[in-house]
Amino acid sequence: MSSPTTSVLYDIPGPRARRRALIGSAIATVLLIVLLWLVIGRLADQEQFSMERWGPLIDPSNENFVQVWKLLGTGLRGTLIAATLAIILSTLIGTILGTVRMMTSGLARLPLVTLIELFRGLPVIVTIYLAYRVLPDLGVDVSPLPGPDGLWFLVIGLTAYNSVIIAEILRAGVASLPRGQREAGLATGLTNLQTMRLILLPQSFRIMLPALISQLIVILKDTSLAALIGLYAELLRSGRDIIGVLENPIQTYFVVAIMFIALNFALSRLAVYLEARLARGRTSGTGAPAPTALESGLSQTAMAGGA
Amino acid sequence: MSAITDNYGLFGHAFLRSLGICVWTMIGALSIGTVIAAARVSPVAPLRGFGTTYVTMVRNCPLTVVLFFIAFGLPEIGVNGSYYVFGISALAIYTGAFVCEALRSGINSVQAGQAEAARAIGLTFSQSLGSVILPQAFRSSIPPLGSVLIAMFKNSAVLGAFGVAGDLFSTGIRLTSAQGYASTPVFLAIGLAYLCITIPAGLILQALERRAVIIR
Repeated sequence: MSSPTTSVLYDIPGPRARRRALIGSAIATVLLIVLLWLVIGRLADQEQFSMERWGPLIDPSNENFVQVWKLLGTGLRGTLIAATLAIILSTLIGTILGTVRMMTSGLARLPLVTLIELFRGLPVIVTIYLAYRVLPDLGVDVSPLPGPDGLWFLVIGLTAYNSVIIAEILRAGVASLPRGQREAGLATGLTNLQTMRLILLPQSFRIMLPALISQLIVILKDTSLAALIGLYAELLRSGRDIIGVLENPIQTYFVVAIMFIALNFALSRLAVYLEARLARGRTSGTGAPAPTALESGLSQTAMAGGA
Repeated sequence: MSAITDNYGLFGHAFLRSLGICVWTMIGALSIGTVIAAARVSPVAPLRGFGTTYVTMVRNCPLTVVLFFIAFGLPEIGVNGSYYVFGISALAIYTGAFVCEALRSGINSVQAGQAEAARAIGLTFSQSLGSVILPQAFRSSIPPLGSVLIAMFKNSAVLGAFGVAGDLFSTGIRLTSAQGYASTPVFLAIGLAYLCITIPAGLILQALERRAVIIR
């Protein structure tokens, strides 16, 4: 089988299995086309393909085109600003929280563990709402910060949730490292903090990169929660505003969805690219000779043991 | 504090309502996720393509957008329903993609040698699938599946914020905006109610994970 996902389940197909797969493919294709046809037919019946509904989104000569895209552009900018701020803050605070949690022990760790467990268990919309409603009650004033207040409530809510998740991801990364990494660091005379900062955390970031990037995608997606409480002008809110005037929800939400999907897809591609780059850096970078020597040394001992 | 002591009954109802939403959503999401996972590991290329497209689209789209698309889009083509039904459908469609990935990661974690050994001792395709591969795949997919379901419970708050009446989050909004209670105690109580489910669920999951681990 060409696809690795199916290798456990199936043998390499012989002529009969190939024939069956071909017949199955034909039937599935027909069914999928029929399904698509039904959906399109339904949409066409209800005049969802009319230029009256699509025009403002796709036809540059439409009177509303410029304004619609200006609004979508503002929304996209809002989403990106909120996401960038939340991503930077969550990563910074998450790294600090994770480090402190790993470096303290016993009773000193308890308050932090409690905090992490509490925020991990709350829905993000609740943390955003808490930031929005409870912080002002506590006398926290975000108005000196640049940008609208709503932006900062959103960013604080997102950061409160995501920084503890990132702390846990980094902790899992450090836990997965071989013990010798830390021991070697301490043996060369580095302090605990130096070992963490120079040896353990960099490797943890590298190992956990896929998980970290998926968390960044979660942050980007969760910025749209602001639209539910009317907190901040981001992409989904722009979509709602457009629909309020043009009354074309299917078309506008379709465009908004595609924009989100494209952004997140690009982020996940970036993750794949970075992963490949980091892997390459590992085998051919400046640090290459040491691990290779180590590896060959290990395999020699393994062979010696085997013999 | 009167916000909480005055409204014990309301909080209780809201809690049950949130759980009810989750039971229906869980049934939907597990069904959708299983079907899509089956499509993604099938030897039929068009089905694999369909499954991959579904997962890529849904996973990269915010739940709120899926929700708005369904709740405001479907009535446009003549499909009418309550916010309750639309909300549950949207959450099930969204969670389904994550369920699919959890199940698939379980199948992928089974080593090819297991299937080879099963065939070598003469098991048929359905025997090796039913007594060798799927039991192991199921065990390895428990941890990711559990996290997906906990995330689903937390996401149900989004439905409340959207306007599905009666769940924990919407009750919080109702108490604070319509009935004028102070936000801080109400929303701390609402947060606590979510934690009552998510923290024990997380602990149970950890215990299950430890029991289900396969020693190879």
